[in-house]
Amino acid sequence: MSQVNRIKGGLVDRSKSLDFTFNGKSMTGYAGDTLASALLANGQVLVGRSFKYHRPRGILTAGSEEPNALVQLRSGAAQEPNTRATMTELFDGLTATSQNHRGSLEFDLMAVTDLASPFLAAGFYYKTFMWPAAFWEKVYEPIIRASAGLGRLSMQDDPDTYDKGFLHCDLLVIGAGPSGLAAALAGARSGARVILADEDFAPGGRLNSETLEVDGMAGADWAAQAVAELAAMDNVRLMTRTSVYGAYDHGVYGALERCTDHLPGSGGKPRQVLWRIYSKRAVLAAGATERPIAFGNNDRPGIMMASAVRTYVNRFGVAPGKRVAVLTNNDDGWRTAQDLAAKGVEIAAIIDTRDRPAVCDVKGARHVRGAGVVDTAGRLALKRITLTDGQMIDVDCLAVSGGWNPTVHLTCHQRGRPVWNEDLSAFVPGKDLPQGMVVAGAANGNLTLAAALDEGRKAANAQIKDLGFTVSRKAAPKAEDEAYEGAPKWHIPSGKKRAWVDFQNDVTVKDVKLSHQEGFRSVEHLKRYTTTGMATDQGKTSNIPALAIMAECTGKTIPETGTTIFRPPYTPIPIGALAGRARGTDFRPYRLTPSHEWAKAHGATFVEVGNWLRAQWFVKGNEKGWRDSVDREVLNTRQSVGICDVTTLGKIDIQGKDAAEFLNKVYANGFAKLAVGRVRYGIMLREDGICYDDGTTARMGENHFVMTTTTANAVLVFRRMEFVRQCLFPDMDVHLISTTDAWAQFAVAGPNARKLLEKIVDADSQDMSNEGFPFMACGEVTVCGGTPARLFRISFSGELAYEVAVPARYGNSMMEALMKAGEEFGACPYGTEALGVMRIEKGHAAGNELDGRTTAHMLGMGRMVSSKKDCIGWTLSQRPEMMREDAEKLVGFRPVDRSQKLIAGSHFINKGDEATMANDQGWMTSVAWSPSLDHSVGLGFIKSGDTRMGEIVRAVSPVHDTEMEVEIVSAHFIDPEGERLRA
Amino acid sequence: MIIDHPLLGPRDAAEFIYLGDACLIDRPDWQAEDAADAYHDYGYIRDNIAGPMQELWYHEQGDRSWLVVTRDTLTHEITAVELARDVARARGRSK
Repeated sequence: MSQVNRIKGGLVDRSKSLDFTFNGKSMTGYAGDTLASALLANGQVLVGRSFKYHRPRGILTAGSEEPNALVQLRSGAAQEPNTRATMTELFDGLTATSQNHRGSLEFDLMAVTDLASPFLAAGFYYKTFMWPAAFWEKVYEPIIRASAGLGRLSMQDDPDTYDKGFLHCDLLVIGAGPSGLAAALAGARSGARVILADEDFAPGGRLNSETLEVDGMAGADWAAQAVAELAAMDNVRLMTRTSVYGAYDHGVYGALERCTDHLPGSGGKPRQVLWRIYSKRAVLAAGATERPIAFGNNDRPGIMMASAVRTYVNRFGVAPGKRVAVLTNNDDGWRTAQDLAAKGVEIAAIIDTRDRPAVCDVKGARHVRGAGVVDTAGRLALKRITLTDGQMIDVDCLAVSGGWNPTVHLTCHQRGRPVWNEDLSAFVPGKDLPQGMVVAGAANGNLTLAAALDEGRKAANAQIKDLGFTVSRKAAPKAEDEAYEGAPKWHIPSGKKRAWVDFQNDVTVKDVKLSHQEGFRSVEHLKRYTTTGMATDQGKTSNIPALAIMAECTGKTIPETGTTIFRPPYTPIPIGALAGRARGTDFRPYRLTPSHEWAKAHGATFVEVGNWLRAQWFVKGNEKGWRDSVDREVLNTRQSVGICDVTTLGKIDIQGKDAAEFLNKVYANGFAKLAVGRVRYGIMLREDGICYDDGTTARMGENHFVMTTTTANAVLVFRRMEFVRQCLFPDMDVHLISTTDAWAQFAVAGPNARKLLEKIVDADSQDMSNEGFPFMACGEVTVCGGTPARLFRISFSGELAYEVAVPARYGNSMMEALMKAGEEFGACPYGTEALGVMRIEKGHAAGNELDGRTTAHMLGMGRMVSSKKDCIGWTLSQRPEMMREDAEKLVGFRPVDRSQKLIAGSHFINKGDEATMANDQGWMTSVAWSPSLDHSVGLGFIKSGDTRMGEIVRAVSPVHDTEMEVEIVSAHFIDPEGERLRA
Repeated sequence: MIIDHPLLGPRDAAEFIYLGDACLIDRPDWQAEDAADAYHDYGYIRDNIAGPMQELWYHEQGDRSWLVVTRDTLTHEITAVELARDVARARGRSK
């Protein structure tokens, strides 16, 4: 297809031809085209099908407000649905397909829905699909979803990358039209740091689309000159293809920069960048959006906004039609006719809804006064229009101007409400603007050129003056105000013909009237009942006309009827851009333990714990299932020795004269009397008396403690301790630092643990005998010939065990050294599963038991809560309900039939009782297969459990539909007397 | 939001963790006669303030200061930012 509609002039580069395809048809455009302008140039007027009725649709606008021309761009994994052709910059090799039709675009089989339109009016979902109820999910919804809709996803992973970034400036100028350029120039010349952002790839806004002059030159030339001046300044960041989509608190703005969307491929660079812009001040110069007029069959391809027709002619050198009529309610529509006539496009008629003389002379055009269009004809493209007096005019393009709406969106993002301006018949920004924002130009209701330039400059000057900059004395740009006068006309009565208000969601005047008739009259109800303004275009062309028609119905004024305000984003933001790099394994940060490389090389399977990847078990030889590995690791440790990386436990270094006193506040049990060189188990409560976290704390010196927390709570405990330190006891001499990452720490457990460590710990640094370093001892030692280390004799497994800590950089080699030293004992590494099995066998509480519902009393640690001192949670832990005798107590469980496997989460029911909530006795928290005992073991809470040893109850799991008899036993399945750990 | 940290200057709210009403500084005396009631109120009773409110924010991605931020919950306007330690001392807290 050749460029049948290409005319002379415009800002496209005719030396650069670009080939592209639409629905497989090869077409050609020029650099500087949008997909929309190139399609029009090639005579492709029909570009899509409508959402609900599958009506043929063409291009309505030339900007981001486009409701009709949505296409699927690119193919394969990079396919992007619902892309506005008006915002898509043409590139060589572009492929686009139309969407929402079955069969070809020209002969859409789904177009029969248009015949059914009487049944598909507003609220049809609620009325038609009521019964039978079961049909909704199975029948109605799938059919509706399949027939109504937009484009399709590729269903493949997005191949592109997206970045996020942060920018700072004194003055953010949003929009690079005349007022935006004037504002940016004023700001930049004063020396302020300026960011100028515009969604278009060519800055200039309306200056590129119109024929008005600035400083005696063509508007587009003045814009190019202004841009060149700004681009040369170090204090200016010029951001084209960048949509400022949201205004947030305290001068923060969200912006999406499309970095490679205009190129055939991203070439490995980020496709888009989501910017967070921190501005001291902002000038909103977002311009205005032309609004349509509703009349019979006003949605045919070829019916366009007048300003868009003007843009295609002036900026892109494309005539959207050979014979054009203009329908207008204002003077601006006449300028479109004038511009078109000047480019040699035939103007068949100018239909002015106002009964007044011609605004200007347009060559060859008939002026129809005080009239309107009531119907149109042409199946896939406009052929004819019918006027109010019945006369018909053959045209292939109708340019409609219903006046202008200032683009007030960003002024509303902090709940600001726009106010009605009677002169403009439009909403203009109210007084309640986001902090630091002023509005200039058309966005502020100053729709004429000279006014826009002037206000842009003045607004910026006022802002930067306020910030302490000296305003530049350079002369203001000069232009003349064009004629702008209009009389509102929202809707031309067109008999039974349907007149569209919201093109994207297929809402007609009749739907708005129906909404009124059925009582949905507030603007919020109107929106939801008819879906007006709820499509991806957010009603940029439809909200105000719908509101105006509702006002007509109610007999009230528009401001009485309501105001629509806007939320971010101004234009759609891809989910990929919001996600940025946080995808797949990078969804959130993860941390690797110091021995990660060693573990990876030795068959470890990893599990996420907190942010850490911890070794879960190590596969050895022919082990087939995880249980094989875990059972071996447990038995190996209990029989000889095992080694586990426990670096992930939170470590907090506590120093200061009041360190011991501070620990007394944060732990329920006392720490003040702990001797230097000794470790103590501690339990922390929440202020409401519930257990919060547990761990061990070692007294390394008089005023120096090292605390460990659980892996999962490391961050929270540290945060809370800082709260206690700064907010509750501000004068305590104590300082905290998190040293979790600073030390690599390994548990060495099992009967041979001492023998192994004697080969590691330098003999002259520590007496390793049981007397010299007894259970719960700690100390500073050296290992491997002088490496500083800390040694703790603590045990989670119940075995003779130590934890040895070295500076994190020695972590991997420490693991190697421990394994090498352990060779003669058959030492094995063990993971978190074996760790869990051993702590259950030993009856140690962990996260499953400290689950935010349990008290020290329930855990059997009630006596640890000291009454001699205050601690976080003490007072409320003493409430009678928390101290009940029949409270659920932590005990052990084993199946009566030893071959059965216990199920965590089971609830306990007394024998003979029905399994109901009322008879609930407690619940099983942790279970494991004990390779040491060769049967399943469990921990759980059961009422008065400590006095019911030997009793048989039922463990019921309705989720698994199982129940079994279990015996209440001591939680300490292994070594209840603690002989092993003291060996 | 931007929080003007008294030591570090303006910082994005994303660097902070929000806790809630700064009344949490006023932890009751555990030995007072009405300690149980006082702790009940301290633990569970909060005013739902529409307007300026003193709140605790923790600069976790920064210097780990707890701050008392006076913020209008209707407009997000921040009128004062103080170190919580200073506020606690001014309210009579010590050791």
